Amino acid sequence: MATVTVTIDNRQIEVEQGITILEAAKKIGLKIPTLCHMREINEIGSCRICIVEVQGARTLQAACVTPVYDGMVVRTNTETVRQSRKMLLELILSTHPAECLTCLRNTNCELQTLAKSFGIDEIRFKRVTGKMVKEDSIDRSSPSLVRDPRKCVLCGRCVAVCEKVQGVKAIGSVNRGFDTVVAPPFDLELGDTNCVNCGQCALVCPTGAITEKDDTAEVWAALSDPTKHVVVQTAPAVRVAIAEEFGMEPGTLGTGKMVAALRILGFDKVFDTDFAADLTIMEEGNELLQRLESKQNLPLITSCSPGWIKYVEHFYPELISNLSTCKSPQQMLGALIKTYYAEKENIDPKDIVSVSIMPCTAKKFESARDEMNASGYQDVDYVLTTREFARMCKAAGIDWDNLPEEEFDTPLGISTGAGVIFGTTGGVMEAALRTAYELVTKEELDSLEFTAVRGLEGVKEAEIEMNSVKLKVAVVHSLKNAKIVMDKVKEGTADYAFIEVMACPGGCIGGGGQPIPTDLNVRMKRVAGIYQADEQLPIRKSHENPAIQALYEEYLGEPLSEKSHQLLHTEYVERDLFTNAPAKKEEKTAI
Amino acid sequence: MAGTTCTCNCSVSNLTGEAKIEHLLELYKGNPSALIVVLSAIQTELGYLPKDWMVRVAEELNMPLTDVYGAATFYAAFSMQPKGKYTINLCVGTACYVKGAPEVQAAIEKELGIKPGETTEDRKFSFNLVHCIGACGIAPVMTINGDVCPKVTKDTVAEILSKYE
Repeated sequence: MATVTVTIDNRQIEVEQGITILEAAKKIGLKIPTLCHMREINEIGSCRICIVEVQGARTLQAACVTPVYDGMVVRTNTETVRQSRKMLLELILSTHPAECLTCLRNTNCELQTLAKSFGIDEIRFKRVTGKMVKEDSIDRSSPSLVRDPRKCVLCGRCVAVCEKVQGVKAIGSVNRGFDTVVAPPFDLELGDTNCVNCGQCALVCPTGAITEKDDTAEVWAALSDPTKHVVVQTAPAVRVAIAEEFGMEPGTLGTGKMVAALRILGFDKVFDTDFAADLTIMEEGNELLQRLESKQNLPLITSCSPGWIKYVEHFYPELISNLSTCKSPQQMLGALIKTYYAEKENIDPKDIVSVSIMPCTAKKFESARDEMNASGYQDVDYVLTTREFARMCKAAGIDWDNLPEEEFDTPLGISTGAGVIFGTTGGVMEAALRTAYELVTKEELDSLEFTAVRGLEGVKEAEIEMNSVKLKVAVVHSLKNAKIVMDKVKEGTADYAFIEVMACPGGCIGGGGQPIPTDLNVRMKRVAGIYQADEQLPIRKSHENPAIQALYEEYLGEPLSEKSHQLLHTEYVERDLFTNAPAKKEEKTAI
Repeated sequence: MAGTTCTCNCSVSNLTGEAKIEHLLELYKGNPSALIVVLSAIQTELGYLPKDWMVRVAEELNMPLTDVYGAATFYAAFSMQPKGKYTINLCVGTACYVKGAPEVQAAIEKELGIKPGETTEDRKFSFNLVHCIGACGIAPVMTINGDVCPKVTKDTVAEILSKYE
């Protein structure tokens, strides 16, 4: 590795050739402020907040995009640098509405943090905006996300993540110069586009220009309605992230406290989406065995991730028949709450309000899909993200540190380690393999850990031998990686039997509804939390879940039964390439 | 036009209108880097970029519609509004301005009933303001489809425009 010697703020260091000033400064403990920068995703040097003095250079240089060279002398903290950065920030603030107190990102906003650290004590410039930014231009058309272009600082992070990580690019830069806005094409609103609702844009937005659609008011209303029986379910990935909202380390396992908090908020029953994850394994595992036998619609592709589903509907409609017909665990549990549970407890399903706490913004879209009313009602009424759940806890004055640890309610709260690992990339595959292996071979697994499908590598492959039949599987996360594998499937050059896809990087633990910030380091810690939860559970295989066994015995019969199909399986819609509309065949795209 | 030279054995230059656009889409199928070439051809052939054609471009070149729309709104050479048969560019640079361009502008607006950036309903004239065309010696100056009209006054506007049928 070639190295160069650089002097930063009078300290000489030897660093790898080709790295940026920003990265070199990190090595001596200097955190140069940035706004638009996202490592490997958005390295465009557009906001200029990271400018530094480079000896011999005519102007200040953006540290995030300027590579170091041998003998380079950099000063990051001179009067010129400080004043220039402050002026840049003041100019950014001159277009920004000063609505911090009523903003969802209040106290968790990068612009606010910069303003504080630069000592901005007055807004000197009268607010002006480009002609495309209207004071009433808040876009609430999407069931998952809200766009407020007034708060946009044009850093380009959302556009970069939508394009480079997800391969969708539902939004982009429109117009030029001061009139630039980040928006969908033409006069489309976000809800009319091919946006898959993954919410990665909201996760990377430094301000409140793209946020989750807040549904807490509706849930509060249900909780205070004495005629309603309000039931909640929590996704696996929420339990390893919720504690971050209360100042704990990422990956801290918060299951017991989370359940206690939900009871304090007033939910009548606290169920676990992990139960339905176990159920998914039973249905999807049998679906896989059936398809392997009939050799039809292979590879089987998972269907738990609603962002992924919408992506297929827009971009790979020809692969819809490869998707598992299984609903996602959220929707399976939703259907069971208003049927199985309602019958068991003798509650009229019309009086049940079913809420779910999800790491995901796309789940909001999923719950509102036309197909999701197997119970005769909308199966899941409201979906809250981890962030919204945390806000409700804070509004209720919940003191996280002093919460007791409580258990989920039975029977829809009983789950296994296989259910909890659904929260990370590779988890659905591993859970499926644990069950499929034992069902097919009738032998017990020596080791439950399928390490080949674990980790944050973009595309993972494994080969499993069951009864001397070799099964090739693939696991991908982030839609850009899914595209690589789907193109191979389309061309017929992939020989996988089963593919797991999760739309978000890292899987659900990195979902668009998770605490901000969610970066690579945070994702890794949450993954570790998930596997820790798996190891701690007494039962780690879905088919050994006694509540699942009872459900089949009492109600469903067997996996893929008629009743299962009616409640737990679904169908998909071919959508137009660029708009949310159903695909029109043989007709020109209309916008 | 640069970049539209065909590599197959036909001759693009003989094609006009939608046939030419279709030909370019076929030629550059799946090639997003041809975006500007194709959009330029649409602008030239149709006078503006109709929505349906931009959707076609995104489909054929295999790229996000957002990128097509982004380029269409970025470059001043592209217009989303249908353009008139004749484009009037009135210079309002410093020299033309002090020599009376504002009065000429008012006269054009009155004569045609449109504001800068607009097109007459019969799609005969489009009207733009430009900033210096480098002909300050004959200020105030305007061009109509490239014809230079020197020393225009508010009184000569109607007569000049009447020459364009």
